[in-house]
Amino acid sequence: MATVRLKKGFDINLLGAVGDNAIAKADFPQSVAVVPDDFHGIIPRMEKKEGEHVIAGEPLYHDKNHEAIKVVAPVSGTVKEVRRGERRHIDAIVIIPDGGNECVTHDTKQDAEQLLLQSGLWVMMRQRPYDVVPVPGMKPRDVFVTAFDSAPLAPDLDVVLGDKRQYIAKGVEVLDSLTDGKVRIGIREGQSIDAPKAEVTTFVGPHPAGNTGVQAANTVPVNKGETVWTMDIVTLARIGELFTTGKVSHDTVVAITGEMVQQPRYVSTMMGADLETVLKNELTNVAMSRIISGNVLTGVKVEVNQWLCAPYRHITIIPENNKPDEFMGWASFSPSRFSIYRTFTTWLGGLSKPRSMDCRIKGGERAIVRTDEYDAMLPMDIYGEFLIKAIISGDIDKMEQLGIYEIAPEDFALAEFADTSKLELQRIVREGLDKLRAEMS
Amino acid sequence: MKALRNFMNKIEPSFRPGGKLAKLESVYDGMETFLFTPNATSRSGVHIHDGNDLKRTMITVVAALVPALLFGMYNIGYQHYLAIGQAHIGWFTMFLYGLLALLPVIVVSYGVGLGIEFISAQIHHKEIQEGFLVTGILIPLIVPINTPLWMTAVATAFAVIFAKEIFGGTGMNIFNVALITRAFLFFAYPSRMSGDEAFVKIDSALGMGSGKVVDTFTGATPLGQVATSVGDPSMTNIVGEPISCLDAFIGFIPGSPGETSMIAILIGAAILLLTGIASWRIMCSVFVGGLGMAALAHALPSATYPASLLDPWTQLCLGGFAFGAVFMATDPVTGARTKTGQYIYGLLIGVFAILIRVYNSGYPEGMMLAILLMNAFAPLIDHCVVSSNIKRRARRAAAKVKED
Repeated sequence: MATVRLKKGFDINLLGAVGDNAIAKADFPQSVAVVPDDFHGIIPRMEKKEGEHVIAGEPLYHDKNHEAIKVVAPVSGTVKEVRRGERRHIDAIVIIPDGGNECVTHDTKQDAEQLLLQSGLWVMMRQRPYDVVPVPGMKPRDVFVTAFDSAPLAPDLDVVLGDKRQYIAKGVEVLDSLTDGKVRIGIREGQSIDAPKAEVTTFVGPHPAGNTGVQAANTVPVNKGETVWTMDIVTLARIGELFTTGKVSHDTVVAITGEMVQQPRYVSTMMGADLETVLKNELTNVAMSRIISGNVLTGVKVEVNQWLCAPYRHITIIPENNKPDEFMGWASFSPSRFSIYRTFTTWLGGLSKPRSMDCRIKGGERAIVRTDEYDAMLPMDIYGEFLIKAIISGDIDKMEQLGIYEIAPEDFALAEFADTSKLELQRIVREGLDKLRAEMS
Repeated sequence: MKALRNFMNKIEPSFRPGGKLAKLESVYDGMETFLFTPNATSRSGVHIHDGNDLKRTMITVVAALVPALLFGMYNIGYQHYLAIGQAHIGWFTMFLYGLLALLPVIVVSYGVGLGIEFISAQIHHKEIQEGFLVTGILIPLIVPINTPLWMTAVATAFAVIFAKEIFGGTGMNIFNVALITRAFLFFAYPSRMSGDEAFVKIDSALGMGSGKVVDTFTGATPLGQVATSVGDPSMTNIVGEPISCLDAFIGFIPGSPGETSMIAILIGAAILLLTGIASWRIMCSVFVGGLGMAALAHALPSATYPASLLDPWTQLCLGGFAFGAVFMATDPVTGARTKTGQYIYGLLIGVFAILIRVYNSGYPEGMMLAILLMNAFAPLIDHCVVSSNIKRRARRAAAKVKED
């Protein structure tokens, strides 16, 4: 088993980590929602109308371009609302559960790709290039699976897996039949994976070592013209479960973390569960908090009346602004103003201590001035800054040459955190990928 | 702070569109973000941000320049009182004289530069950017003290407009703005930029320190003396006493205000390297390149080129070499941005600076031209380095295709 050591990157240590691995059971959700924005690359075409009854695993909508790609209901109940935003964009499909546990049972003997598409698990996977839901009918060169989440306050995926761990070997077998190459699983030191068909690599180093893109770039990088699939180990186990039992499991374990949480802990609930139920008794001060579905780097901001978003395993709650109208913050010598750079005094107290951080941008957007900021946070053989500039200027040839096919927005999340010029790198990368995808199709 | 915040809130409406002072909106925004960290929280992407911003980065560079600035003031006074034969006078008087001499230059530099930045920001309805904070203090430090203020003003305006704003402002310029100011003065008014009268202020500064110059006075810098010397290059101070390499190291020699003291510059270098703002790759390779070229020139001494007789260490202590290496070559915007590129960029600056000094007697000081030259080549160096990454990726893809 190979070991890859990564030096670049940084582990941001925030207050509010989960103390122990005990899993509390959340109440049954009052409402459950599917958020189409979670599945980038899919244009929803509804199959169910408001008021119709669905059972768990039944398709709610499919992709406009590939009708076979289905997104399914995680629970049995009634479609209460198809919530639309600007230009009829679907924000969420809300289901009121009927309490029953009726669900679709699939025939596991059928073609693996068909079953994945039908079951709704297909949309949980991503492909490189473009970091979108995979295009059906395309054999991936390899499948990259990460068995750990290295993001700030991230849950231990072994805890999230729980007893689904038994399905990993089956999941690997299924995916192995769908690729010409290998199923490559990235683990961190001390983890073990029991799947004879998988190629397991240990990654040692700080975040973003847990990103599939980083793992791919440091083992078998993605070249132009190639397609690979990426996913986390939990999705892989769900696939294994589907092909063993014929059913998709929609329950999940969520780590509720962050400074503004009463008691950080793991909670077992359901994909798309409403946050009011999941966060019952956990919120300390709603007005001052920002609730993030996901981690602080790549998650989405949600309100308490919204739902758990993909990848359905992490909620972070941090203060929105814990120092309003900070006087001349740029001149601060306070060690509590966190910076990974030695222009501030934080480093004197140690950068690895748990810190409080709020959502302020702490500076204006500027042109890129300092060098090496992005590269120090990106453990790939890519000139991040030059790639970002190529994307901003819309130079497609340059983007290709500099390796845009290897990256996803999440790979630039840490650089976005560290950026002195405060550019929205993830947005820039996403727009670049979308533009390229539109050009190539 | 509450009162200040309330005051800012009260005057805000008149700066917004429709208000009486709407034309000064950028100035208001600039003041507000200067006084209070903006309350804006992230809307897309990451939810937390590092505390560092460009204001902090720039102000740290300014802090690193302070030792050179303070010593520069003292040295202006020291050279002045030496020239009028009152070298025994107290250090504070010397410093005060220097302060009074340099203050008008600082005011003019910031006034003209920031004025143009404010106007430009207002025209483009953009936020005022911090780039000139550093440039504004660099200019007084590299312009000879006897330069008339109006020349400094014209040169600053030229540099800010034509070297920076037309390229898009802070972070977009190709050439170092402070060096363009210096180069503009150097080529537009050459007689005032070199020779005996440029570097030592003889007349009084804002009414202070008048006196009669001693007979033995000569205001040439050591490098100037070497360039015109015949045979063994012996250096003297402005009243004809011999000086050593140590004097140059401490900084008691005539020259531009910021560049004379190696010690003050090294303190600044320590601040820049410790805070991680300047690239140690550039800084070290400039010194290595300069030392190497100076050693080579020294190994092949020639009476035609008297500067080749100087030993390499003295070469580095004289003139603006150290100042340029620490504060100018490391400007991230105009320098090479790839790691490999930074080594090449720095090395070539060092080599060219000494090359110009030694083998072109028309320019006894080569640092300014060397840095400006390499500023022009920095994008090319980066292009070559990035191309190797591009080729590697293309080869990898090609090998893969072949394999299949």
